[in-house]
Amino acid sequence: MDNYLLIPFLPLAAFFVNILFGKTLIRDKSHWVSLFAVVCSWVIAVMTLFEVIGGRTVNRDLYTWIVSGDFRVSVGFLIDQLTAVMLIVVTTVSSLVHIYSIGYMHGDKGYYRFFAYLSLFTFSMLMLVMANNFLQLYFGWEAVGLCSYFLIGFWYEKKSASDAGKKAFIVNRFGDFGFGLGVIMIFLTFGTLHYAPVFGSVNGIVGKTVDFLGLQVDLPTLIALLLFCGAVGKSAQLPLHVWLPDAMEGPTPVSALIHAATMVTAGVFLVARCNPIFVLSPPAMNVVALVGAVTALFAGTIALVQNDIKRIVAYSTVSQLGYMFLACGVGAFSAGIFHLYTHAFFKALLFLGAGSVMHAMAGELDIQKMGGLKKHMPLTYWTFLLASLSISGVPGFAGFFSKDEILWRAYASGPLGHLLYAIGALTALLTAFYSFRIIFVAFHGKFRGTHEQEHHLHESPKIMTVPLLILAAGALAAGWVGIPPLLGGGEHFAEFLAPVVGHAKGEGTHAEEWATMITAVILGLGGIAAAAFVYLRKSTLADTVAGRFSFIYRLLWNKYYVDELYDTIIVRPTFWVAKNVIVGVTDGKIIEGIVNGVPRFIGTLSSWLRNIQTGMVHQYAAVMALGAFVVIAIVLFW
Amino acid sequence: MNGLAYPILSTLIFLPVLGAAVILFIGRNQERLTKWAALAVSIAVFVLSIPLFTDFNRMTPLMQFTESHAWIPSWNITYFLGVDGISVLFILLSTLITVLCVLISWNSIKTKVKEFYIAVLVMEGAMIGVFSALDFFLFYLFWEAMLIPMYLLIGVWGGPNRVYAAIKFFLYTLVGSVLMLVGIIVLYSYAGHTFNILELMTKTYPYRMQFWLFWAFFAAFAVKVPMFPVHTWLPDAHTEAPTAGSVILAAVLIKMGAYGFLRFSLPLFPDASKAMAVPMLTLSVIAIIYGAVVCLAQTDLKRLIAYSSVSHMGFVTLGIFALNIQGLEGGILQMINHGVVTGALFLSVGIIYDRTHSRQISDYGGLATVFPLYAAFFMVFTLASIGLPGLNGFVGEFLIILGGFTASKWAGVLAATGIIIGAAYMLWLYQRVFFLETNQKLVGLQAMELREVITLLPMIILVFWIGIYPDTFLSFMHPSVQNLLERLNTGGQEVTLAGKIAEIIK
Amino acid sequence: MVPLHWYLLLSSAVFVVGVAGFLTRRNIIIMFMSIELMLNAVNISLVSFSRYLSDMRGQVLVFFVIAVAAAEAAIGLAIIIALFRNKATAHVDEANEMKG
Repeated sequence: MDNYLLIPFLPLAAFFVNILFGKTLIRDKSHWVSLFAVVCSWVIAVMTLFEVIGGRTVNRDLYTWIVSGDFRVSVGFLIDQLTAVMLIVVTTVSSLVHIYSIGYMHGDKGYYRFFAYLSLFTFSMLMLVMANNFLQLYFGWEAVGLCSYFLIGFWYEKKSASDAGKKAFIVNRFGDFGFGLGVIMIFLTFGTLHYAPVFGSVNGIVGKTVDFLGLQVDLPTLIALLLFCGAVGKSAQLPLHVWLPDAMEGPTPVSALIHAATMVTAGVFLVARCNPIFVLSPPAMNVVALVGAVTALFAGTIALVQNDIKRIVAYSTVSQLGYMFLACGVGAFSAGIFHLYTHAFFKALLFLGAGSVMHAMAGELDIQKMGGLKKHMPLTYWTFLLASLSISGVPGFAGFFSKDEILWRAYASGPLGHLLYAIGALTALLTAFYSFRIIFVAFHGKFRGTHEQEHHLHESPKIMTVPLLILAAGALAAGWVGIPPLLGGGEHFAEFLAPVVGHAKGEGTHAEEWATMITAVILGLGGIAAAAFVYLRKSTLADTVAGRFSFIYRLLWNKYYVDELYDTIIVRPTFWVAKNVIVGVTDGKIIEGIVNGVPRFIGTLSSWLRNIQTGMVHQYAAVMALGAFVVIAIVLFW
Repeated sequence: MNGLAYPILSTLIFLPVLGAAVILFIGRNQERLTKWAALAVSIAVFVLSIPLFTDFNRMTPLMQFTESHAWIPSWNITYFLGVDGISVLFILLSTLITVLCVLISWNSIKTKVKEFYIAVLVMEGAMIGVFSALDFFLFYLFWEAMLIPMYLLIGVWGGPNRVYAAIKFFLYTLVGSVLMLVGIIVLYSYAGHTFNILELMTKTYPYRMQFWLFWAFFAAFAVKVPMFPVHTWLPDAHTEAPTAGSVILAAVLIKMGAYGFLRFSLPLFPDASKAMAVPMLTLSVIAIIYGAVVCLAQTDLKRLIAYSSVSHMGFVTLGIFALNIQGLEGGILQMINHGVVTGALFLSVGIIYDRTHSRQISDYGGLATVFPLYAAFFMVFTLASIGLPGLNGFVGEFLIILGGFTASKWAGVLAATGIIIGAAYMLWLYQRVFFLETNQKLVGLQAMELREVITLLPMIILVFWIGIYPDTFLSFMHPSVQNLLERLNTGGQEVTLAGKIAEIIK
Repeated sequence: MVPLHWYLLLSSAVFVVGVAGFLTRRNIIIMFMSIELMLNAVNISLVSFSRYLSDMRGQVLVFFVIAVAAAEAAIGLAIIIALFRNKATAHVDEANEMKG
């Protein structure tokens, strides 16, 4: 474990090598550099995991980063159970995405740049999860956001891509605004930003209130909610979810790695990491749970009607992230992390599968223009199907165990939990429906694209399908580490994480547990059946329903008009004020008016006065003589 | 003299002036020789300034490298120089920036080459003088002397509207300075006819006097910073100035306002500073948000960066008037950061302006395809400017917001919104200039020369250095800032560390 | 012995002639000569006072005035020549460059 430092810094080194020499020297070999680094990180991460399982954790400072007065923060690393899980998730998915990208990005003129960014991202994400203090967490937090910005806008010549990158960064800044203030509040409250002392003395703030902008606020609630702001931004929860669907402009491997498996789950990681603070504040916990639940449902409904394959999966990601927050909000942090971990596999698989389809379809994204792909690309089909079964919560697959855990914990957490359970179960239905909508529309039936596309349809090369297969294994089996006692398992995952995030509270009978589980499974299977019915049997039904409920359909199709709303109430007014009020009036008229007005007044005055300055020597002399006469007269006769 | 065999500060002030005098005798047609001579002088000055960095004692708040000679004894005016943790970094920044300014102007200045480099070097001497003077008379002399070369730089080598900009710059600053002069004279006659700043700092002044003098000094410093609402000279001056002029303005000149607050307003008028903290914080917050929002409406590259300076300097004044250690140290560090980053941004704009002769953002687009290396440099500076952790802007801004939040929660919260808008305008700028389809006018332009890469490299190094290991720079400040705070908190009481310092120096 | 006031009357008469000449004539040369008249009027009064008060300082001052007048004449004539070269005239109303 002593070489844990290599885990983040190998990818960093790979980044520097690629960015400095990639263009001239390494060029189309640059994947070797990045891949080597990330695989080494993965190996060390696995070794680290086993050491952590063996009971060893690390919390060590590397050097002092910033000192000012009593403010002191280090660059340091904490490796505990939570970190170890995240390390595995990040390095595994990252390695597979690296491999996949060799095929996917082949021939791109920014090839070296792509791998450089992937390495930088891996480094940043690892710094984020390995931080032992809030400021370094913030560093990783912003750095992954930056990589996301780079990679979304990777094809920067496209306006939509560079717009999406910019949007992702700026929307995230709104969340980070709260997160940053939360970090500051933590320092002002605890006098340090390091996890151990903060979480160690956290009980001392129970019941304290603090004056915040004129309001008396409960201190734990304030801190928790400020931190949660950051999580909302990074994990694309309501109301800051708008950036994630647009982020699909980036290359598909990036969507899989950053916008599904790792970066967007950082918010969940943050909440889980800060669980000692969150549990002190029931209101904050309820906010977390409700935001998660509402987002899950909200995004699920949007995903029902979209046609862009990547956007459907993106909304699905938003929805699944909602589940994770739901879990955290009811105190089942380990369930949230468990879902994070299984979700990483099946969602990365879905994205990479979508990428494989795009690869075959020359970049086509509209599922209505696909169809019948099953026979052309069997491997992609079967892995995609497996991932869809997993996300739909079909028993035995990874997604089943984690989703079941979340729903059960939600139900068991109390009265509000019943509501949360209901929302979660309904979302499970939607999830199954839209996931299988893709399967049935894109992979079954007849091909609906152009002839040219049909002619080119082919299975992706091995370099891309092998990662799909590995992920498929994960989507199937990753959940088996957390089988609940009810089904004869040992709940190993939750037990493993318990030292960090504690045990979920809430009790319930076995009967209730069975009931919740079976209901959810039935809903999931029902969703699949409904999708099969609508899209395999009655292909006109979808249009009929859309026509009948055209208002709702348009609302969903336009994603509840949230983007338009933000455009109207934030973006446009800001620009309007900038242009017409500040530049036009205050700077242009008032301040510049005064600044230029004073000299102009003096100028007017002097142009009036200069009339007496005729340049005629005689007039001067006459005035002088007259003056002398007057002076003498006064002196003599006064 | 801290063991150095020569009076380092005087050398730093007068070597550039001497160099300028030598260049005066180089023939007008020998432009190459002129440039190399200017470069040699500026590098020599930079090298000579390094002992300030290496030999500086970071444990003491006392003035170091002091030199004191009687100058006009009948009025008790002395030639008194020295640096402490607050000023030393600015001298280093000035000497570095001058080298870069000489380099960046190599091919872009085509008329009156000789006079240009003379102006730059004289400027350097005056700037160092401002940061090291410990006698008010001497300080004022350098303070005003600095205006002249800057005025010429803008007015002679500037853009189309240069004369207006130069006169505006000159008059704006002069109006403020004159009020400060009145303040200095009042201090002089009240405190027993001395211009010695350290001695003045040991005295106590009645509150009413502090109040009026605070505002008199404020007039001079606020214009220089520039604080809202006296900022409108800056966009014009920045936009019209030649690249070197913009860089010096951004990197050093506008720091003098904030430096003035730290060196004079706070220790001389502690009670007034504390009483006026709220208005100052308000003005700072307004500047942060106002400056940032204006950037969204700019169509001119240099004008946008100029307005972003207003916003960033708002952070600096916010930190200073938070009147706590994090705010003050963050403010000082942010001044360095802003000098590095905005200086670098102006250098970068100069590089591209030399090729396209356009400052309009709409004339660009797709530069990343044409100039990948340049795009990478610009990206780093952009990110540093929007305060990405790991780069220098973050450390300063974080400390400032921490300090500001401690002083007033509103100030901290509102200042933090400036960071959101900051990201918006900088990334939008970057998108419009570097991303999107390549503008056909930009195809086939000459790639970055080695000289230009060398110009930007030190800035890149500093951006990362301060971002990753800010302790190198923060450690300079700790004792001096601590001392300043002590003076502030003990208010006007006699027994302060500053008093002891003055005694020791005598 | 001529009484003092005769000298003073002479002096003021010469001075008035000078002033009148300066104010009414337009030719620079003439105006110049008028100035010389005024200076010499002052010289007369200085010398006469000096004699009357038996104080030599008045006469010393006269020497200064003569010297300054000579210098002034030299510079003045040079200026007139420069003006003449530019304007081809010695008419003073033509030279109104100082008009504000």
